This record gives sequence, C-alpha cells and structure tokens, in this order.
Amino acid sequence: MDYFDIFVSILGSTIRLSIPLIFTALAGLFSERAGIVDIGLEGKMLAAAFAAACLAYVSGSAWIGLLGGIGISIGFSMIHGFASITNRGNQIVSGVALNFIAAGLTIVLGQAWFSQGGRTPGLTGDARFSPIILPGADFMRDVPIVGPLYANVISGNNILTYLAFAAVPLSWWILYRTRFGLRLRAVGENPAAVDTAGISVSWLRFRALIVTGILGGFAGAYLAIAQSAAFINNMSAGKGYIALAALIFAKWKPVPVMLACLLFGFLDAVANFMQGKSIPMIGEVPVQIFQALPYVLTCILLAGFIGIAHPPKAGGVPYVKER
Amino acid sequence: MSTASVPLPNWISYGVLPVLNLLVAFFISGLVVWSIGENPFQALKLLIEGALGRGEAIGFTLFYTTSFIFTGLSVAVAFHAGLFNIGSEGQAYVGGLGAALVALALDHYVPWYVTMPFAVIGAALFGAAWAFIPAWLQAKRGSHVVITTIMFNFIAAALMVYLLVNVFIVPGKMAPETRTFLPGGQLPKLDWLMALFGMKLGPAPFNVSFIIALVMCYLVWLLIWRSKLGYEMRTLGISPSAAVYAGIPYSRTVIIAMLISGGLAGMMALNPVMGASARLQVEFVAGAGFVGIAVSLMGRSHPLGIVFAAFLFGILYQGGADLSFEMPNITREMIVVIQGLVILFAGALEYMFRPAVVRIYQTLSGK
Repeated sequence: MDYFDIFVSILGSTIRLSIPLIFTALAGLFSERAGIVDIGLEGKMLAAAFAAACLAYVSGSAWIGLLGGIGISIGFSMIHGFASITNRGNQIVSGVALNFIAAGLTIVLGQAWFSQGGRTPGLTGDARFSPIILPGADFMRDVPIVGPLYANVISGNNILTYLAFAAVPLSWWILYRTRFGLRLRAVGENPAAVDTAGISVSWLRFRALIVTGILGGFAGAYLAIAQSAAFINNMSAGKGYIALAALIFAKWKPVPVMLACLLFGFLDAVANFMQGKSIPMIGEVPVQIFQALPYVLTCILLAGFIGIAHPPKAGGVPYVKER
Repeated sequence: MSTASVPLPNWISYGVLPVLNLLVAFFISGLVVWSIGENPFQALKLLIEGALGRGEAIGFTLFYTTSFIFTGLSVAVAFHAGLFNIGSEGQAYVGGLGAALVALALDHYVPWYVTMPFAVIGAALFGAAWAFIPAWLQAKRGSHVVITTIMFNFIAAALMVYLLVNVFIVPGKMAPETRTFLPGGQLPKLDWLMALFGMKLGPAPFNVSFIIALVMCYLVWLLIWRSKLGYEMRTLGISPSAAVYAGIPYSRTVIIAMLISGGLAGMMALNPVMGASARLQVEFVAGAGFVGIAVSLMGRSHPLGIVFAAFLFGILYQGGADLSFEMPNITREMIVVIQGLVILFAGALEYMFRPAVVRIYQTLSGK
C-alpha cells in the first residue's frame, strides 16, 4: 500500500469519525451561546442513539429512527432546561445527572426489551442510512490523485454526513444573520439587557435548547443507524466530551467548530491506523498518546497558550429577574 | 412575594427537603422497574436483602461505602470552596499509582502497618498532583475547573492504560496489571470488627481503609468548620468577590482546596488496590469518582451526611449486583439510573419543592 492510499483511507475514516463530533459540538454551540452550559451532550447522544436504533428496528425506517432520536434528545434538553432555567439549578450538576440517566437507562431498557445484553437487534436495508454513491464515482476512481479522493472521501458517505457539513453554514447563518441568532448570542452574554428589551430570557433559552436537542438527535442517530447497524452499550464512548472539547477549542464559533472536530476526528483515525504499527526512526508510538491528545490540546488552549478562549459571559449562571 | 427569600427552619432545609427530593428520585426509579415488568417492592426487598442480609453482604456494602466516603469528601471539599471537581475519578485513578508504587517498593521488607502510612501519603500525593494542573489553570489562567478536570479524567485513563500495558505488566501475562502485592503491601480485612457484631465477613473485602475514611471525615470536619483555611474556603465558595475584598488570597485558596480534594480522591485507591485486589488494575475506580458527586450532593457536603449517603450508595451497589442475579431483567446499570436521578433531584432540582413547602409551612405556622 503506498502512502497516498494510506492517506486517502485515513481521510475517509476522519470524515466518518468527525460527523458525530460536528453534530454534537454544534448542539453544544447553541446551548452555550445562549448561556446554558451543557455537560450533558454525551448523554443526549447516547439516548438518541438508543431511541433511533429501537425505532428504526420497530418501524424498519431510518427516518423514523432519526425522528425518534431527535425526540428523545429534545426531551433530555427540556429536562436540562426545566432544571437549569425554570428551577435555576446548577447546570453542571443537571448535565452530569442526565449523562448518568442516559448511560443507565439505555442498557436497562435495552436488556429488558431485547435481552441481548443491552444491544439492540441488528438493522438491515432501509432501517439504516446506507452510503450514497455520488454520480461518476466509479468512473472517476481511475483518475490519478483526484479520483480516489472523490470516490473514497467525498462520495460513498450516508446522507447524515452531508447534512452535518450543511449544518455548519446553516448554524453560522442562524447565529449571525437572523434575529433569533442575535438575541441568542445576547442572552448568553448579558441576559439582563435582553430582558430589558422586553424579550423573555427563559423562552429564548428554551428555544436554544430545542435546537441543541435536534442536533444531538442527529449525532446519536448517526452513531446507531448510519455508522453502525445497532445500538451497542455505551457506544458514544466519551465522544460527547470530545465534542465539548472541540467546542471550546473552536472558541464557540461554528466554522472553527467544524475544523476542530475534523482535527480531533483525524487524531482518532490516525490512532486507529497506528495500532501496532511503527514509524521509521521513532518506533511504535503508543495509541494512548493519540487518545489523550484532543484533551491535552484543549487544556493547553484553555490555559491561554494558543490564543485566549472567551466563553459566553453569562454561561452557567441562572438568570434571576427580581433581586 | 417571592418564596425564595423566606427563611425555613433547619429541620426543613436539611431534613424534609432532601428527603422529599430523594423520595421522588426513588419513586421514579420504581416507575422504571415497574415499566419493564417487575415488581418495584419485590425488587426493593431483594436489594436490601442482598445488601444487608448476611455478614458477607454487609462486608461488600461497607467496602463500597468506604470508596464513596473518600470520593464524596473529595467533591465536598472542593464544593465548599465554590469549585466543582468532576475529576475525582481521574485523581483516584492516578492515586492508585501512588499507592501501588509504595506497596511494590515496601511489601518485601516491612509489615502492612509500616507500609500503610506511606501508602496513604503516596496515594494522596499522586491524587493531589493530578488535581494540581486544573487547580493552577483555574487560579492563574481562569480556565474553568469543570472542563479541565473532565479533560484530565480522560488523560488519566490514557496514561494509566499506557503504564499498565507497557511498564507494570508482569512479563508473560496477558492481563494489564501489576504483580500481586505480598501481605506487607495489603491492607488487612476488618473481620474482627464484624465478629464484634457476631457476623462473618467471608470473602468480602471490607478492610482497614474504612477506618482511614472515618478519620478523614473527622479531619475534613475540622478543616472546614474549625480552621482558618476552612473559613477562607467557605467564604470563597459563597462569594469570591467578598473573599478577595476581605484579603483572602484567591489563587492560594483555590489551589489548596483542589489539592486537598485531589488527595482525598487519591486515597480512595487504597480501598480497592491495597484492600481488595492487592494489585493495580485497569479501571479499578469503576465510577466511584462520579458516585462521589451524588454522595456529596446528597450529604449536603457535610462529613456526617456523606457517611450516610455513601452507605446508601453502598447498599445500592451491593444490593443492585445481587438483584441482577435474582431478577435478570433488571441489569446492574439500574444503579446508574438511580444515581443519575438522585443527582438530578438532590442536586439540580434541589429547590423544586421549596416554594410549595414554604407555602405549607406558612399556612401551618400561621404567619
């Protein structure tokens, strides 16, 4: 296998591994820009993956599975909102709680319903999103350089992959070019000002959390019914936290979020590829270095050594109208 | 008038409200059990029998309790200083390295009671060291400690797997773990304590670290409510600006609070590593760091409350394991659901019932 083939194969898996990160980090973007810190991204992804797999299995339709994933993810978002907006509870505590509930409930219900140790039955045919071969992919395959890239990286992904990349400019447009987006960003920086302007802080934040729920649902559905063909115990495996790291690494901006997710996805792909292989001159590089790298990079960034990350000012603080 | 500012007597704030929150969490857990077609009361009975029915069961329950006391105290100390340490899990993991190094170094030469103090110090030092970078970043660079401690949990997991697979593994063995410690590197079981109550411990790993945990409870109480440092930490926790105005050094207090928190988390490793398996294994913490969050919230960050809450979670963990044998439909992960619900209702939704309780209290007391 020559180096170019290896490069193309790593690039292909980078795309596949980045998609759940992109959806989840964008989900976190909406909630955090509105001033609601969301540690519960991991739980939303997991719960949505489970719901998507169950509904896709029962209905035989991937789209109904996706809707189910979105529904449950919005549900989790609303509990988070009820605790942290309505009851002014601690947002981090609420997020941690929801992560536990998702981690436990998916296995308890999965075992009770399907008796396969927490797994859901395998999905086939229309019950999952299968790869789309773009026109001309087979014809292009023999063209040097561009051909393999087009056939193996750009073509051959499922619909959710393309939707993830479409969601990035869409999120940018919503946040920076619509009235809702302007108000959403304002409520994350200075809720009192938004309140003075006669706009409901709670309702605005709840709407932001609904968007978070929708995107979290896409992330979960991608894991269970596009990338895999079933729900597997704890299949989000910390991706929610990596997405959170990517969100911070991208300084809470949509396009950098995508780039950060691609970077972290690339590290993951390299880690998978490097397993048991050695680099000339250096020798075998432990896989754990690649696994830890996204977190190390984020900490270095947070320390202010690669530019400064300014989180939304009102993040994590419940808004109290009367004093 | 808003009900938030109405003062309530302590027995309501610290008794009725937490119990009410807990009851709702258990009620919903019961609904989950009922919805998968099992009888919640039958499940509760099996759970309690499985946790407290025999001497061996109680031994396992107290073994889990010991771990949860350490991690609960860890979260509580940081909480008093206004810091949310989600990193107890990683700090305990790295603390295990400190305990194991001491045990591996000394177990050939000295009896356990000589190894123990060094192991306590080793575990605490390594745990504290793992908390130091997030603490320093919070104090000096303003990076949020919640985010950095989450990151450090994952970094700890990668680091420990690397060390166990590549450095500590016994040549020729498949399992990524250290060699088994000799008795000089193990903490003895507390069978005599159980015998005082006429019970047999059996194979349950209830060990001396339980006593260390209780001593730590007392020390934490002294620190938080009877020392200058504790006063400074609480002031910082209630109002950072007031603390700075009163001349309390922000950076120093934050760093010290996190070091103590990390040290307590690290000591948790004594229990499973030196008290039970007598070797350092991959993922030996098994979520105890996260249970510490629930324990601390439920125990209202008070050592006495933490002991009760840790015991309750000990019952859940041991009883839950037993329950999953008796009712195969209910998997062990049911405990994780209950844990999540407790954190949700005792933590994030702690004031949900307050307005209603205030109204009832006002009506009854005729104010």
